[in-house]
Amino acid sequence: MSRISNEEVARIAHLARLELSATEIAELAGEMEAILGAVARVQEAAKSDVVPTSHPLALVNVTRPDVVRPSLTPESALSGAPASEEDRFRVPQILGEEA
Amino acid sequence: MLTYDEIIEKYEPALGLEVHVELGTKTKMFCGCPTEFGAEPNTQVCPVCLGMPGALPFVNERAIESTILIGLALNCSIAPMSRFARKNYFYPDMPKNFQISQYDEPICTDGYLDVEYETPEGMKTFRIEIERVHMEEDTGKSLHVGGATGRIHGAEYSLLDYNRAGIPLVEIVTKTVLGTERYAPQIAKAYVKELRDILRALGVSDVKMEQGSLRCDANISLSPRGSGKLGTRSETKNVNSLRSVERAITSEMHRHAQRLEAGERVVQETRHFQEDSGTTRSGRSKEQAEDYRYFPEPDLLPVAPSAEWIEELRAQLPERPSAHRARLQQLWQVPDKEMAAMINAGVVGIVEETVAQGADPTKARTWWLGEISRLANEREVEVAEMPITPKDVAEIIALVAAGELTDKLARQVVEGVIAGEGKPKEVIAARGIKVVSDEGELVAAIERAIAAQPETAQKVRDGNIPAAGALIGAVMKDTKGQADAARVRELLLGLLA
Repeated sequence: MSRISNEEVARIAHLARLELSATEIAELAGEMEAILGAVARVQEAAKSDVVPTSHPLALVNVTRPDVVRPSLTPESALSGAPASEEDRFRVPQILGEEA
Repeated sequence: MLTYDEIIEKYEPALGLEVHVELGTKTKMFCGCPTEFGAEPNTQVCPVCLGMPGALPFVNERAIESTILIGLALNCSIAPMSRFARKNYFYPDMPKNFQISQYDEPICTDGYLDVEYETPEGMKTFRIEIERVHMEEDTGKSLHVGGATGRIHGAEYSLLDYNRAGIPLVEIVTKTVLGTERYAPQIAKAYVKELRDILRALGVSDVKMEQGSLRCDANISLSPRGSGKLGTRSETKNVNSLRSVERAITSEMHRHAQRLEAGERVVQETRHFQEDSGTTRSGRSKEQAEDYRYFPEPDLLPVAPSAEWIEELRAQLPERPSAHRARLQQLWQVPDKEMAAMINAGVVGIVEETVAQGADPTKARTWWLGEISRLANEREVEVAEMPITPKDVAEIIALVAAGELTDKLARQVVEGVIAGEGKPKEVIAARGIKVVSDEGELVAAIERAIAAQPETAQKVRDGNIPAAGALIGAVMKDTKGQADAARVRELLLGLLA
């Protein structure tokens, strides 16, 4: 098991938009390593005769017909939003992207 | 600065096209919300497409079938097992903070589409190889408030409408396309056009570029000839019409060449096409490879279409547009050159619809390729995007055939319809357009013309028939172009015989 560096933790934290202090980063590096080590033990149990799987259920093609079902009203859709305007969700300024 | 010819002499262009198509299903990809275009904001949303905690996605069967149909029409292999994946990113256009897409197991792979293009050396076929066709969901629409012209830059805040979030989206990605050479921009446009025709024929999408149900991202790179490797590419987004596909690529080829000639490098980045200037501007830089942390979507089961299901869908495939065109050419007896002109102008489908409305194929073709194409050129839009329908044109052709309009008056009616004055009958009524067919009125006008130009009239009497042109012209002017010129000539020559 390779060591998890502070840089890796910082990068993952950034991807998850988490602000961490240097102390927290160092702590988490150790914890993440322990967690990954525990998960890695699965590999010992999974021999080559076990097919990789993404789902515990052995089902495929679970679909629904293309039939409209009622939507929410805008009032109800927006009822939990911290801010709204003109029946739209209002979000803070978007930074770092030109769309 | 290098000219286009010089650019082609020194560099080889490589194309890559990503087309996104919104499927025309009644409901969204993973929930039963409707998909009407232009609905009031946030009226087509539910806990699933709003990403509410605990809400679970449920795949639309029709969306899977549509995607398989697209894959089959593009000669792809349909994967026996394919999975959805989460593409993680923080951006308010997806309320879940991830988009459900497909990553390493797309539903269709390795296809191709043959594109015909009329070059000065004749009709050529270019094979565009398709890397993959996969399913995903569309994002919401943002409205940026404050700052200049609704752009995100300088905006104080943004407003989100999630009606579009979750609409089934199919992404069609080509492999790197080499060998188009100087025709790279035109082939790219022809590819998108052919793809649009196929999707329309399949009935899987309304393929309206102006409404965003068909969108194209154009990748282009230039590599110095003989270098043996590809150059750095740029990806241009916001290409919202067929014409823009060609313009955006041409503009990028010039920009790349200029940088390379100046000894600078091309930055791998996303650029945005600007319709008004026909150039692109820099968007976000892709210097740091984006990390979307894809992983298999745990809330959805794999899609494993059976061979029977695939064959059932294959049996539904309509005639390929290229075969269809060949059949029409035979049926309508169109010369090759004319057929190529129709294909390049993108009017085959429209002419066909006009013929289906009862018009004569040759007349229908002449109107769309002639007057309407000319007006479309003036407005710098595609013929197909002109605000006149095949039904309107068929009606006008019928009026000419019935003698109620002359060709000249018919052109005025076409112009009126395109100017938004209404349907042909309304334009005729509003403009007071009518053929002067009252013989008495015509004869009176002819007599006035003869009286005004006695010498010309004498020449005609003496057998100089071409001289009659001046008199006919005067009569046409007198009747404000509403007379049938052929009939005027007949009457005039009769009077001067």
